Amino acid sequence: MSSLTVEDLAKSFGATPVLTGVDLHVPEGSFTALLGPSGCGKTTLLRLIAGFEDPDSGTVVLGDRVVAGTGRRVAARRRGVGLVPQEGGLFPHLTVAGNISFGLPRRQRRDGGRVRELLGLVGLDAALADRAPHQLSGGQQQRVALARALAPEPSLVLLDEPFSSLDAALREETRGAVSAALSATGATAVLVTHDQAEALSMADQVAVLRGGRLVQITDPRTLYRRPGDLDVATFVGEAVVLDADLRDGRAHCSLGALPYEQASPGGGLPGGRARVLLRPEQLRLSGPVPTAPVARVRSVDFFGHDSRVWLELPDGERVSARLDGADVPAAGDDVSVTVRGAALAFAVEPVTGSA
Amino acid sequence: MALASAGCVAALALLPLGYIAAYTVDVGWSGIQELVFRPRVAELLWNTARLVVGTVLCCGVLGVGAAWLVERSSVPARRVWHVLLIAPLAVPAFVNSYVWISLLPGLDTYAGALLVVTLSYFPFVYLPVAAAFRGLDPALEETAHGLGLSSWAVFRRVQLPQLRVALLGGGLLVALHLLAEFGALQMLRYPTFTTAIYDQYRATFNGPGATMLAGVLCLLCLLLLLAELRLRGDRGYAGSGRGAVRPGRPVALGVMTAPALLALAALVALALLVPLAGLGRWMAVGVSTARGWDVLTTTGTTLTLAAGAAALTTAMALPTAWLAVRARGRTATLLERSTYLGSAVPGIVVALALVTLSIRATPWLYQTVPVLLAAYAILFLPRAIVTVRSAVEQSSPLYDEIAASLGSSTPDRLRRVTLPLLAPGMGAGAALVFLAVVTELTATLLLAPTGTTTLATAFWSASSALEYGGAAPYAVVMVLLSAPATVLLSRDARRGLTT
Repeated sequence: MSSLTVEDLAKSFGATPVLTGVDLHVPEGSFTALLGPSGCGKTTLLRLIAGFEDPDSGTVVLGDRVVAGTGRRVAARRRGVGLVPQEGGLFPHLTVAGNISFGLPRRQRRDGGRVRELLGLVGLDAALADRAPHQLSGGQQQRVALARALAPEPSLVLLDEPFSSLDAALREETRGAVSAALSATGATAVLVTHDQAEALSMADQVAVLRGGRLVQITDPRTLYRRPGDLDVATFVGEAVVLDADLRDGRAHCSLGALPYEQASPGGGLPGGRARVLLRPEQLRLSGPVPTAPVARVRSVDFFGHDSRVWLELPDGERVSARLDGADVPAAGDDVSVTVRGAALAFAVEPVTGSA
Repeated sequence: MALASAGCVAALALLPLGYIAAYTVDVGWSGIQELVFRPRVAELLWNTARLVVGTVLCCGVLGVGAAWLVERSSVPARRVWHVLLIAPLAVPAFVNSYVWISLLPGLDTYAGALLVVTLSYFPFVYLPVAAAFRGLDPALEETAHGLGLSSWAVFRRVQLPQLRVALLGGGLLVALHLLAEFGALQMLRYPTFTTAIYDQYRATFNGPGATMLAGVLCLLCLLLLLAELRLRGDRGYAGSGRGAVRPGRPVALGVMTAPALLALAALVALALLVPLAGLGRWMAVGVSTARGWDVLTTTGTTLTLAAGAAALTTAMALPTAWLAVRARGRTATLLERSTYLGSAVPGIVVALALVTLSIRATPWLYQTVPVLLAAYAILFLPRAIVTVRSAVEQSSPLYDEIAASLGSSTPDRLRRVTLPLLAPGMGAGAALVFLAVVTELTATLLLAPTGTTTLATAFWSASSALEYGGAAPYAVVMVLLSAPATVLLSRDARRGLTT
């Protein structure tokens, strides 16, 4: 296993820049998620790391070995980068055992013990070894693909949206098995995904990619609580974003005067107009009381384990609140809104000034 | 590498057409006027045109009607009918026509030719139309029924427009095959361009007359091919790329069940039972006269030639098919289309061109196996390209990349990933070429080395000498060898509009 360092990486296809100035460091043995909407360049980044494409500029370093950039180009097959593609990509003409042992040296390929060991590692029954890929479920195919990638003990494992084709229940289970197998081998892994819940729940660090640039890289908790900007904030989770006036150490907005923290720790906001971010689970609802702003319930999305309540504030602003438990108001009710914890204040971007 | 080989393949495929074109330029305008604008050519044109139009219309009606009954009505034993309706393809048209003319010597008329070629060729329309019916979303028909349309109105206003591409494609295929048909029409003594070219060639070896007739025939084929390209460019294959659709509820025939069964039975009887029974009868006659050893050695020669041609043609198809998928672009399309264009040229023209070219340029190759194999390759390349191409399409470059990421080198990937993935497609392509060569008559007649007889040519010389009994065993072997092709076709019915 080795670390991965990507420096100032750029790639364009024709006249279209796909990646610009990407810096990324993945420590040895850690699990990093590359999170971004489709078309943000995350798959291209993956292909540059794996060696299927060459960067226009910048370097890719595995451990202390430069594999791309500064005039060097190490072929994909000499990089030792394992790949788990979107739909598994199992060789259809080989059995499960044939797939898993594909990357092993010739002498080890016939060793059934190694295949059983790898099947066990990804939580599959050794009896599956003689099946053909099409006889497996989607989740099983993904696990076999991971076992195949791990078999030659690669320095890095890349997972390209491996769970996106699975249905919800299978996805949970497969994620668990993949996480367990990766941590058991101590593999350095990079997961590409557009699913923020997947990135936040699985990874040690999350790198957010947007328009070919890396906009933020940090651990999941920090990313959710202190996103770098409002776009990242709304991308990594549901958000309540309000106009506010910063004065006397409080953010005055349609939910009252709230305590706040500044989004960028160094660059202090001068006060005055700003945008504040709250997460829906920070909003608390109660029967109307005179001390707190009153809102009208427009609609309720009931999920069972919790509910999302859509509120209309007195100034016409619409926000959502996440409530757990059974005590959910009905549409048309008037409720008082109180806020738990602090809001996060962002500078008003000049272009998006409100009307 | 791939580009250079595909270029060579395309050049070979275009060789006969190029020869005809160069010859025409050589003859010049006055020569063309003298050789082409004469009553004999007009008569051949009229004969060919009315046969093509009549056959396409008859095949269209039979093909669509049969496909509707099998795919959309409640007629009993639909799967059995499906196989029986494709089965006539296993009987080569010239064998079919031999049986009919030996039964009814009065069939040497326009009506006789129309009957025989329609019975041989209607599966070419039935197959794509049946596949298109299967691809139609029954929800549309149900919606139309819900809007109060009758079954006939649904067929006319909903289904038929959607079948247009399959129907026209099948019709064009019938027309192209008919323009190239030699054996069946010669046997029925119905003169068209192909038979006239053959007779001229036999009479004057290589007169400019034969070559100019070939030029007119090529022009007709090119016109049809252009029509097909336009058709495919507009709409693509009917129903291609769709997944399995929910099967619809068949239309209940009620009291019409018996007449429908009768009609299907009559069609199958005429197209399949008559030739098979006729062959059986001549077999019984011929067992005494035929020499079993001759049949055996001829079968051996045919199988060897067919295997060689299959291997060669599939190998030649690989670079073109590979480029067409992996390096999509103008050049790849051009190379692929060249092979289709080359093989649209009738066998008689390919043979004529190769005879002349080999005598002039490479006399030591004249009437040798390599030239014969080259003719087979030119004629049947598209069959191999279409199947190999779909195999390449299915083996995504992803597998190659994964193998590389697992440390596998380029030759190692070729051996362990690419070839195993392509093997089934290449096998199917080779089988199609093999089966086509087994029943090839025209080019073999002109190009086979002296003393080399195949099943088709042995059958031909026996039946030309009116030894119907002696010809039968060769025909039976050809039918038995072609039968597997029916299975292949009934499984993958969408294939083959250009081949």
